[in-house]
Amino acid sequence: MAERGGTSSAGGPAAAPGIDAREPTKKPKYSRFSQQELPAFKPILTPGWVITAFVTIGVVFVPIGVGSLFASQQVVEILDRYDLDCVPSSFSENPVNYIQDSNTNKTCTRSLVVPKQMKAPVYVYYQLTNFYQNHRRYVKSRADAQLRSKSSEGETTTCAPEAVTGDNQPIVPCGLIAWSLFNDTYKFSVDNKAIDVNKKDISWKSDREHKFGSDVYPKNFQSGSLIGGGKLNESVPLSEQEDLIVWMRTAALPTFRKLYGRIEVDLEANQRITVLIENNYNTYNFEGKKSLVLSTATWIGGKNDFLGAAYLTIGGLSLFLAICFILVYLVKPRPLGDPSYLSWNKSPADQTDG
Amino acid sequence: MKRYAYINDDGSSQELYRDNRISNTKYTLLNFLPKNLWEQFSRFMNQYFLLIACLQLWPLITPVNPASTWGPLIFIFAVSATKEAWDDYNRYVSDKKANEREVWVVKNGIKKLIQAQNIRVGNIVWLRENDEVPCDLVLMGTSDAQGLCYVETSALDGETDLKTRVVPPACMGIDAELLQKIKGVIECPSPDRDIRRFDGNLRLFPPFIDTDVCPLTIKNTLLQTCYLRNTEWACGVAIYTGNETKLGMSRGVPEPKLTAVDAMIDKLTGAIFIFQIVVVIVLGVAGNIWKDTEARKQWYVKYPDEGPWYELLVIPLRFELLCSIMIPISIKVSLDLVKSLYAKFIDWDEKMIDQETITPAHATNTAISEDLGQVEYILTDKTGTLTENKMIFRRCCISGVFYGNESGDALKDPELLSAIETGSPDVIRFLTIMAIGNAVIPVQSKIGAIQYKALSPDEDALVQAAAKLQMIFVDRTANILEIRFNGRTIHYEVLETLEFTSDRKKMSVVIKDNNTGKIFLLTKGADEAILPCADAGQQTRIFTEAVEQYSQLGLRTLCFAWRELMADEYHEWSLVFKEANSTLVDREWRIAEACQRIEHDFEVLGVSAIEDHLQDGVPETIETLRKAGINFWMLTGDKQNTAVQIALSCNFISPEPKGQLLMIDGKTEDEVCRSLERVLLTMRITTSKPKDVAFVIDGWALEIALKHYKKAFTDLAILSRTAICCRVTPSQKAQLVEILKSCDYRTLAIGDGGNDVRMIQQADIGVGISGREGLQAARAADYSICKFRFLTRLILVHGRYSYNRTAFLSQYSFYKSLLICFIQIFFSFVSGMSGTSLFNSVSLMAYNVFYTSIPVLVSVLDKDLSEETVMQHPQILFYCQAGRLLNPSTFAGWFGRSLFHAVVVFTISLNAHAYEKSEMEELSMVALSGCVWLQAFVVTMETNSFTILQHLAIWGNLVAFYALNFAFSALPSSGMYTIMFRLCGQPSYWFTIFLIVLAGMGPIFALKYFRYTYRPSKINVLQQAERMGGPILSLGTIESQPRTVEREVSTLSIAQSKSRSPVYEPLLSDSPNTRRSLGAGGTFEFFQSQMRLSSVYSRNCKDN
Repeated sequence: MAERGGTSSAGGPAAAPGIDAREPTKKPKYSRFSQQELPAFKPILTPGWVITAFVTIGVVFVPIGVGSLFASQQVVEILDRYDLDCVPSSFSENPVNYIQDSNTNKTCTRSLVVPKQMKAPVYVYYQLTNFYQNHRRYVKSRADAQLRSKSSEGETTTCAPEAVTGDNQPIVPCGLIAWSLFNDTYKFSVDNKAIDVNKKDISWKSDREHKFGSDVYPKNFQSGSLIGGGKLNESVPLSEQEDLIVWMRTAALPTFRKLYGRIEVDLEANQRITVLIENNYNTYNFEGKKSLVLSTATWIGGKNDFLGAAYLTIGGLSLFLAICFILVYLVKPRPLGDPSYLSWNKSPADQTDG
Repeated sequence: MKRYAYINDDGSSQELYRDNRISNTKYTLLNFLPKNLWEQFSRFMNQYFLLIACLQLWPLITPVNPASTWGPLIFIFAVSATKEAWDDYNRYVSDKKANEREVWVVKNGIKKLIQAQNIRVGNIVWLRENDEVPCDLVLMGTSDAQGLCYVETSALDGETDLKTRVVPPACMGIDAELLQKIKGVIECPSPDRDIRRFDGNLRLFPPFIDTDVCPLTIKNTLLQTCYLRNTEWACGVAIYTGNETKLGMSRGVPEPKLTAVDAMIDKLTGAIFIFQIVVVIVLGVAGNIWKDTEARKQWYVKYPDEGPWYELLVIPLRFELLCSIMIPISIKVSLDLVKSLYAKFIDWDEKMIDQETITPAHATNTAISEDLGQVEYILTDKTGTLTENKMIFRRCCISGVFYGNESGDALKDPELLSAIETGSPDVIRFLTIMAIGNAVIPVQSKIGAIQYKALSPDEDALVQAAAKLQMIFVDRTANILEIRFNGRTIHYEVLETLEFTSDRKKMSVVIKDNNTGKIFLLTKGADEAILPCADAGQQTRIFTEAVEQYSQLGLRTLCFAWRELMADEYHEWSLVFKEANSTLVDREWRIAEACQRIEHDFEVLGVSAIEDHLQDGVPETIETLRKAGINFWMLTGDKQNTAVQIALSCNFISPEPKGQLLMIDGKTEDEVCRSLERVLLTMRITTSKPKDVAFVIDGWALEIALKHYKKAFTDLAILSRTAICCRVTPSQKAQLVEILKSCDYRTLAIGDGGNDVRMIQQADIGVGISGREGLQAARAADYSICKFRFLTRLILVHGRYSYNRTAFLSQYSFYKSLLICFIQIFFSFVSGMSGTSLFNSVSLMAYNVFYTSIPVLVSVLDKDLSEETVMQHPQILFYCQAGRLLNPSTFAGWFGRSLFHAVVVFTISLNAHAYEKSEMEELSMVALSGCVWLQAFVVTMETNSFTILQHLAIWGNLVAFYALNFAFSALPSSGMYTIMFRLCGQPSYWFTIFLIVLAGMGPIFALKYFRYTYRPSKINVLQQAERMGGPILSLGTIESQPRTVEREVSTLSIAQSKSRSPVYEPLLSDSPNTRRSLGAGGTFEFFQSQMRLSSVYSRNCKDN
């Protein structure tokens, strides 16, 4: 095999013997892939193409921005911060004492004016600031298995430091998140007529059905010496403890709103709503603000101007860039792919710089 | 250190030195695991990942599941360990085979068959014809009366001719029986790797001739892996065994090669690592401060008042783990994957298949393809690499009659055949010289076919041709030559051989016709050496014309001449010659003088013309690669004239006045030093001019230069774009590579023989030509190709694409890791510096493994420029060579991009999903989708050509992202249950993603457009030109023309030999008018002018 074509009887200049004969060579199979010859689309950035793209972006974005802003403006929102005002003036120097003292009167009355008509459903949120539900110690301190089924009641290892009671009984639901359940309550009335707040279905359906078991009942909850937040009715299964379910959907930001309930009547403009607040939850330690929010919703959700503003900005910038490119193109046209830009074409002798 | 080998001493002296076991393995069974692990862990990246993986085992600090690091880590380790083990096993098997081969050795005075590995220093080893020498031996006896034997050393130095080895005088004539009992001592140096040198002494003990010590040289040795040829038997004393043989010492384990790109990636990884440490320290300190000032107030976090002792470390370590993804673990796997694909592309490439033998190119080393694109120096062997190493006798002119002019092949010329038939005396003499005026050894195989072992391919060609013309050289036994002519057997006795020297430029033999007793002088040599010595009465004009004519055709010419010697004249002369041969002072000169006394008054018989092709496309290849900014050095074992000739004919150097050739020579240190300095000076002066300056150095001067003037030589190496190094040994070749490497150049060594192996292993990239000199070079090489011209494609296409692709892939890998890492860092600012991971384990792992790695893997199909464009504008390789596409500043660009994109993703998703929408899982998915969308568009924007596979991977990946997340969202047990369904149902989610994509890509797109149009790189310009179908061929057309011409005329035999520019390697001639074929491309116009140029050039050579 090595001596292929050695027709001369004497057999050519000796192919080094002692070296194995060449392995039978296998010609690789031809395919466009193996030859790197797959048909390819090779776009280049021509001015026309790029300018069109930017104009299109501008033209699409500006209306979307306007639409979003409009939608956001449609939302009627009432925001009332009450954490400071609900502390009696005698405690204003030391609100922590007030909130931790179980003997103080925690009720507080606020009165809100509806600026515009609010069509039902009106969502009632509580908003906390400077509250780190995303803190690492906090987010990890829960036991999903325990919440889901009764059989996993004892799986509380991940719940530290709120896993078990002093005598090693598992806490259900365990963990810091549940332990710090928000427990302010609101009662609304207009002209002394109470407005119902629907607290059904404020949590995610999927959570109720799959994450929180209907056979799991609170047990040993808030029984320690240090009481965190709200207590739970031990006769109601977790799947129906919607406030807890909402609370346990931890927020990603230190400022967040959580759904408290829905008011299912329209609120007319200039109506005065009286809110009776049970101010139990301690945010005074860490100077967190507590607010009550009443809001309607549109297709983009609640009031949030960000998307609209961002769309307008980006759209505007795109149009601006497009105009700039057009101007530059007109002022200083430059042919694409002119070989005279290749330095080696200018001076073929000078190859040292490649 | 000296070593003493006691011949046939079975006593304790044997134990002094090791046995003959050869071992090339790296590991043993026991040390494999620790050694391999140690080796793997000596890589910084692996140490890093191991540390991270260990830290992740601590649940208190780990943000994600430890399996996400351990899995890939173990996989990576297992794969590379398996590969190592397999390689080592193969080495073990081949060693075992060599070690267990059986050889005849004298043990205790009896000849025994033992395994080769049991040979001891001092043993006498008996070899029979065609045996492989098992260890280094000093020859003690042979079957030949004169104590000669022939060896083939191709495995050692790649030379396929036979070399003679001779028994040292002290042992001459000792009977074979006695040899078994011989006693003595050989004093020799400690093992070294110089295969051209051996300085030993031999002293035999009584009862053998107890004279003075007998000096030994390399001529008296048989080295390991040589083959004994044409000699019935030979025996020798083992002096070096096992891995201590000359071959074993020079073998050395090739170090694993690291590409420049790899080195750059490691450097960048180091930088990122430092950045990461800084980030971790800053965040860790900030986190601890926040914890002590703020977190204690956050009662719901329930920080204990007294933490454990390591409490201060917890937050920094958490951040370390959170930031560990900054260095992508996937980069090694992805790079290994794409690198093996690059290698496959090379294996598959149809355009690199040799059509004659149907041998494809092969990438043995799959890891270094990028380096091909960064080559700065090519060091090339000559014979067999640039040329085909296939000499063919084509024409001749005997007594003024031209044979072979019509058909182009003298062997088929009816006139010549009939002249032989009729027995024209001149023709017969001519053929006789062709057949026996040489040092060729005929080897008769069993079936009667005769093979010739020739010192040079030229002689081989002549003998072969003579055989075909009925003058068959049958046998050479000692001094008796047997020739068969037209069925008649003629015997000649060789009286003297006047060996070739480059000064005399001819070689002669003095023979005696055994039938008639007449003595003849047969000479062949260069025309200018023979014709002036012709008999005064003979007209030599016709021969000059013949030489001229053949030179025009690019053939190598030799003149043949003869003279009958009177017996007296011979005897008188032979005394002078013998005396000259035995003088110690000025022997060379004395011999030359003696030769001159007899080499005169020739009757010139004729001129032969031999053809050795340059391989197809060699000049074009060299020119193209030159244009690509690659410098060429030719390292050859051949002599200077030949090397310069080849260099001229393949565009290696330019003829005067464009080029200039500077000689470095000298026999002593002073001479070399002076010459070196002179060349250096000239070089410095001329570098500014557009002139091709090259230097030529021979092995001897090189040895001195490397030893004493290394610095000056290194300076020279930096200055010189071209160099010719002739008569260099394999280790000198390797040293030259080493010098260039030490100047931080990327070197590629290409060769075809065993003598190139060390250079090939030493160079950053070794390319072997799987050619006539066997496969050693191809085996040792990283790449093997069949023809030199494939080098263009290997470098410009495969190397360049590989570099571009890896540059993108590696930087992109960092980009995507940094992107997600920056988001995590930003998130820590809103999560109380506590080290919370925004993304869950599954997402993080999938982000690295699926979402971001698949689209970028298909970037291995990306081609920024078409192959044709690159071939036409090889200068574009500069971008790869200079590392323009992967360096700290491009990396800074990617770093900035990831920072910008992280800001975009983070700000937009946080603000768009604020307040009641700020649910952790949802926000994390919004941010993740933002990242995945962005990376799809980044890949799209950085892709230059989209094949269907790229579209599939990029957009399919997005679809897969949603499919996968829908799947996770459908699992009630997963933390992401229903999340994706909820998100995709909200218009605000899609608006957010849309916004992220455009806010992220818009500015980059605008910037790219601006650069592309107003500050285009050369690559951009060519892209535009190529795709607009513009005047791209302005340069290319000029180049491609000669090739088309060549193809058209190739049917005509004369035109063919012209246009293919065969090498004109004047083996024995140095005359200006035997030169031809210089300059570029072998186009016709050049012919006229080049004749003149070459003569000027060669004069210049001599002057220097």
